[in-house]
Amino acid sequence: MTDTAGTNTAGTKGLATADGETAVEVTGTGTRPAIIADATSRHGVAPVQTRNERFTSTDVHDFPAVTGREAAWKLTPVDRISALLDGLLDGTRYEFEAPEVEDVDISWVTRSDPRIGLAGIPEERASANAWTMFEGALAVTVGGEEHREVTISRSGFGREPRAAHTLIEAKPFSDALVVLDNSGPALLSENVEILVGDSARLTVVTVQDFDDDARYVATHFARVGRDASLRHVVVSLGGEVVRVNPAVTLAGTGAEGELYGVYFADSHQHLEQQVFLFHKAANTRGRVNYKGALQGDGARTVWIGDVLIGPEAVGTDSYEQNRNLVLTDGTRADSVPNLEIENGDIQGAGHASATGRFDDEQLFYLRARGIPEQEARRLVVRGFLEEIVQKIGYKPLEERLSAAIEIELEESAR
Amino acid sequence: MSTLQISGLQVSVETDQGSKQILRGVDLTVNEGEIHAIMGPNGSGKSTLAYAIAGHPKYSVDGGSITLDGEDVLEMSVDERARAGLFLAMQYPVEIPGVTNSNFLRTAKTALDGEAPAIRGWVKDVRDAMGRLRMDSSFAERNVNEGFSGGEKKRNEILQLELLKPRFAVLDETDSGLDVDALRIVSEGVNRAKENTGLGILLITHYTRILRYIKPDFVHVFVNGRVAEEGGPELAERLEDEGYDRYLSGSAVTL
Repeated sequence: MTDTAGTNTAGTKGLATADGETAVEVTGTGTRPAIIADATSRHGVAPVQTRNERFTSTDVHDFPAVTGREAAWKLTPVDRISALLDGLLDGTRYEFEAPEVEDVDISWVTRSDPRIGLAGIPEERASANAWTMFEGALAVTVGGEEHREVTISRSGFGREPRAAHTLIEAKPFSDALVVLDNSGPALLSENVEILVGDSARLTVVTVQDFDDDARYVATHFARVGRDASLRHVVVSLGGEVVRVNPAVTLAGTGAEGELYGVYFADSHQHLEQQVFLFHKAANTRGRVNYKGALQGDGARTVWIGDVLIGPEAVGTDSYEQNRNLVLTDGTRADSVPNLEIENGDIQGAGHASATGRFDDEQLFYLRARGIPEQEARRLVVRGFLEEIVQKIGYKPLEERLSAAIEIELEESAR
Repeated sequence: MSTLQISGLQVSVETDQGSKQILRGVDLTVNEGEIHAIMGPNGSGKSTLAYAIAGHPKYSVDGGSITLDGEDVLEMSVDERARAGLFLAMQYPVEIPGVTNSNFLRTAKTALDGEAPAIRGWVKDVRDAMGRLRMDSSFAERNVNEGFSGGEKKRNEILQLELLKPRFAVLDETDSGLDVDALRIVSEGVNRAKENTGLGILLITHYTRILRYIKPDFVHVFVNGRVAEEGGPELAERLEDEGYDRYLSGSAVTL
């Protein structure tokens, strides 16, 4: 593996933009370890547009038709999600399953619920289309101070184009883990709003384990209050096109955001995530870590990670990274970390991106101890992805995901 | 009695400049319970011999044979060689992120034996072996070689040697980079493994230092891809005094 890392530490004055870009296309056939990631840094070439200055609107008609050349869409197969970009969406209620959990209220609320729109406003057309079309939002409200865990299973989205809106609110001082466990068929655009009240601790895990022909685009908007923490985990395994874009604002002093993701793209699967972490308030801490594996012809992943450290965000401590493990030929992983720093008084900020082929020296080492090739591969890939799975902190889900990764790997053995 | 036999072995390595011949006909016979020291200057082909025996894909065998009790080793895949009883302690052990040492050891033991070891006995075996090698128990739950110092990596190789119980082990410059305490601990481990299992050993080294702790039965001096001289332990003593200059002077090849 090769690393590209940039670090900006306290002492930067005025506006500084660090921009690292890594785009990797793997077409080689070599069997030896190959350095295939190439990184270039550009300064002052393109006009700088601060990440939070993008146009926003809740009305789809305010956005022009998508051409596929826009920054938000240029790495996405827009032709395969045109129904979600341009078409009418069914915004009615859908079936879900969730257990009764103390301090957790799950209910449908209307568009006029005062919380709607507090966490963020759409920046692109698919998100705005869902916002325009949804009729009611599924609201998950967590109160109390005890640790609570709830899994909301959703497998009934169907094959017709749909819009959904989900609201997850953690009241001040609450402590919860909320899993959105998505499976079955889907042709869906969804907005998820996450409000983390002051001093609350919330983990949100969204699992995309859809049917092979599912197409799903989602934006998660999160706003994290004073001394509150959000751990946000995106797990994408199943679906033809899956794009989950979390945009998290650390809005209160001392807020913390941990944004993790793990994905495994098979043949002709497109898995994408555009992550935006905004350090708005002072003394906030951010960690972004996404890891992905790719195998099979046409397996495709995109990761764009934008971190913005605003002018008020003194004392920020931030790090983001993305790592991809390429298991076969014919795959493509794009990895683009961006870091913008708008104040000179931060603790530290860095970013890293690495995309590498399976390391043949690791394979040799394991095989030299008698471990057969397929098992050795499994061991290495599982180890690579497990780091993120273990961040979830909820054993039943961790075990299920480990098993799901195991199945993906077995498919590679065939 | 088990025998590892190497005859007329010719090996080349893939480099950026193309294929380069390294071994030019090596003959060696190692019986179980024997310790053979392979010595020689840098670039003489010692490590190439180690990798060729283990089956590293970068090295290709152009001629000759390697057999283990008559079985053709060259026909075997890397993991088949290990399951046949061969072990390579690497000069630069590889780091494997995300895979704990204990998981790795158990997986390897299971692959070698064809069945998982009984859990209680195994855990105790691992703990005891680590204790003898003065490895902190935390190394069991750390990822394989990740963040280990040079000496810790070498101890981890010997830990595997003791637990996996091969019939023949190639130790590729296991002594390099070790301070005297670590050298002693690692050497004790090798001697213990030999005592316990009747292991045959190919001890590859640049220096004579390790031979104070691991006594070879035979010494072979490699120069330019061939065995230039063979003898008993006394040959090592002479090398300690004279170095390798004698083999290199007058030679047209400079290494």
